[in-house]
Amino acid sequence: MSNLFNIDIVNPEQSFLSKDNVFEVVIPAVEGEIGILKDHIPIISFLKPGIIRVFSESEEQSFYIEDGIVEFKDNTLSVLTSSIFDLKDADKNFVSESISSAEAELSKDNIDDQKRFLLNHKVEVLKSISIN
Amino acid sequence: MPSLDDLRKRITSVKSTQKITKAMKMVAAAKLRKAQENAEKGRPYSEKMNNVILNLSKSITDKENAPKLLVGTGEEKVHLCIVLTADRGLCGGFNTNIIKKAKSYFEKIISENKTLKIITVGSKGYDQLKRQYKSYIVENISFKESKNINYFDADKVGKIIIEKFEKNEFDVCAIFYNKFKNVITQIPQEQQIVPLNEDKDDKDDTGNDNDYEFEPDEDEILSNLLPKNISTQIFKAMLENSASEQGSRMTAMDNATRNAGELVDRLTIEYNRSRQAAITKELIEIISGAESL
Repeated sequence: MSNLFNIDIVNPEQSFLSKDNVFEVVIPAVEGEIGILKDHIPIISFLKPGIIRVFSESEEQSFYIEDGIVEFKDNTLSVLTSSIFDLKDADKNFVSESISSAEAELSKDNIDDQKRFLLNHKVEVLKSISIN
Repeated sequence: MPSLDDLRKRITSVKSTQKITKAMKMVAAAKLRKAQENAEKGRPYSEKMNNVILNLSKSITDKENAPKLLVGTGEEKVHLCIVLTADRGLCGGFNTNIIKKAKSYFEKIISENKTLKIITVGSKGYDQLKRQYKSYIVENISFKESKNINYFDADKVGKIIIEKFEKNEFDVCAIFYNKFKNVITQIPQEQQIVPLNEDKDDKDDTGNDNDYEFEPDEDEILSNLLPKNISTQIFKAMLENSASEQGSRMTAMDNATRNAGELVDRLTIEYNRSRQAAITKELIEIISGAESL
């Protein structure tokens, strides 16, 4: 029995990634990371900024994802996101710009706790990217 | 009867117009291919988004407390209409068709004594609507600067809508755009996005599992998802619109080129005929002059 399933990552402009030979995907869901294997029960969740890791037979890919929704159903994982990029071609300038804009947002007074948490998290993840 | 010189000038001017329309047609054809590709690429996202929302709304049991963006405010007094048009003209009936569709909707709203608010996206729509409906237009957005349709722009429109909804400025929101069917046919569409109307053609996959696991709970996901869905719908409409615009322009320019060709043919015949008449007239004059000697 194969233990592979399908993944589709789409953003509004196009289909970003589509594979049918992955055996594990780790997604940064809003309440913590979730590892998804074949025959996971149907789930809908949304994402916080973080790294999504896709393990297929031949390779392992990592992407930075800013927000989005995931749906897993019938052994197909759909990821809908508006901003995503491959860690391999991460643009240093873009990353540092994102960090500074997030930090600027953080310094405002009128944000609620949840937003503050998400922004802090975003800065953390982005910083870990820029170190590598 | 125009003189020979007049005719010659006319022919040259029609010919140069023909050159312009021909060039515009070619440009539109090239742009159309790209716009069509983009529209097709963008489709999976909006389809998936629709599916997720459909699945979610099915599993919501507590309809009373469901997010207002989904079920509406319970009233239907204030209608907000988003009219999406092009920024450029010379594309046949493209803009006019949307406006026509929108106007009939406006009339209905006004005759029912409801409040009407209009947001126009694209300068042509604003130009055509400002004469009659100036007092209703609350916002006029144009993306002339951005070369390509991008999600960022659609998101801006989406945010404006959400903001207005949160301030209770409207109850029902509909968007108007042209759906791209093929190069010759574009269908003006009216689509209600707040409250969300379930698409009839999505109904066939109902009746299956309601056993999703949600993290966090349904309400929270929905209230996060619905604003995104609005931007997505706007984006979809913008993509369809841009493909339609190019298709419509291509057809219009093709017709114009053909008409110009016909006109040139007719003018050339007339030119030749009057040239011949002038020659004959001169000959007769010479002959009769010689005979009288």
